[in-house]
Amino acid sequence: MSSIGTGYDLSVTTFSPDGRVFQIEYAAKAVDNSGTVVGIKCKDGIVLGVEKLITSKMMLPGSNRRIHAVHRHSGMAVAGLAADGRQIVARAKSEATNYESVYGEPIPVKELAERVASYVHLCTLYWWLRPFGSGVILGGYDRDGPQLYMVEPSGVSYRYFGAAIGKGRQAAKT
Amino acid sequence: MDVSTGDIDAPHSMGTTIIGVTYNGGVVLGADSRTSTGMYVANRASDKITKLTDNVYLCRSGSAADSQIVSDYVRYFLHQHTIQLGQPSTVKVAANLVRLLSYNNKNMLQTGLIIGGWDKYEGGKIYGIPLGGTILEQPFAIGGSGSSYLYGFFDQAWKEGMTQEEAEQLVVKAVSLAIARDGASGGVVRTVTINSEGVTRKFYPCDKLPLWHEELEPQNSLLDILSAGIPDPMVS
Repeated sequence: MSSIGTGYDLSVTTFSPDGRVFQIEYAAKAVDNSGTVVGIKCKDGIVLGVEKLITSKMMLPGSNRRIHAVHRHSGMAVAGLAADGRQIVARAKSEATNYESVYGEPIPVKELAERVASYVHLCTLYWWLRPFGSGVILGGYDRDGPQLYMVEPSGVSYRYFGAAIGKGRQAAKT
Repeated sequence: MDVSTGDIDAPHSMGTTIIGVTYNGGVVLGADSRTSTGMYVANRASDKITKLTDNVYLCRSGSAADSQIVSDYVRYFLHQHTIQLGQPSTVKVAANLVRLLSYNNKNMLQTGLIIGGWDKYEGGKIYGIPLGGTILEQPFAIGGSGSSYLYGFFDQAWKEGMTQEEAEQLVVKAVSLAIARDGASGGVVRTVTINSEGVTRKFYPCDKLPLWHEELEPQNSLLDILSAGIPDPMVS
């Protein structure tokens, strides 16, 4: 693992001469080296799965959950730095409840994914913040049926039939 | 003769009769056209049915200024919402935005509103939002000062699953009944029909409206006499 930034990788507000922002790429590395997370969109719903990493035999089973409910109709599975992931989930929960109190309907999954992606991207714009070291697979069921989105540390968000992030993602994709 | 100018300075209020009715396939909204300042009719041909989006319209009653400002805000919010969503807003969302404004500003506003529209998920829907900011989804809603005279009428005349023709006739009949009895309602009847195919506006001037008990057909009207070209109009 030897990607050399040579001075262009010290800040998230610095571009390299070939147009890359190294800090964001390093953040993505944090996600790539973490436990695998997969998500599949089916005809009648979404399935999310995470690889259970047991760091200590003293750990109680059921602790360190990486799949979180965001709202009555949506949930999120987190890969990468766990604490960063918790922040993203908290923000998603808050966006979902805020939307419902203003518009009177559950937040459409597309809208939720866009808001989460905007928030993650926001943290790549300022030198005093660091990018989130976690990627998220967001699944939800709204009026238009089940939908699956993935949000990366760079803030991009795409809609998928099936997605995988983390160590075993290549294996999962085959 | 002492001419009182108090009326001219009074705030514009729409005495009004407004109605919203669902039918099999959409909704019909109807209203009268009188805007009064005290006893003076400031506008005898107002349009009280306002567009919020292509598929959602709003009937306004009460203070003209208050209802206009609320509809302007909601139109703005819905416009942004439509852009973000990438598809037309639902009637429920529009009604909720109106309700939040009405409720949160209840101390300052005095406006009763009826939202009606069509969306692909729920079809035709009517929401009534009276003075305090309650929101109530109803198969039909009536509002404004003229609506007092229509409660019994609708109890008897309303039925579920009407056709578009039946619903429009019902609305026109009801508004004209209210106009006959309510001094603060008058002018013409306007209707807006919203369904999956789009929006249709209709206009019913006084001569197209049914006459009710003790109302007379015009007789020996000066306009008719003059237009007949009689040289001495005062001789019958």
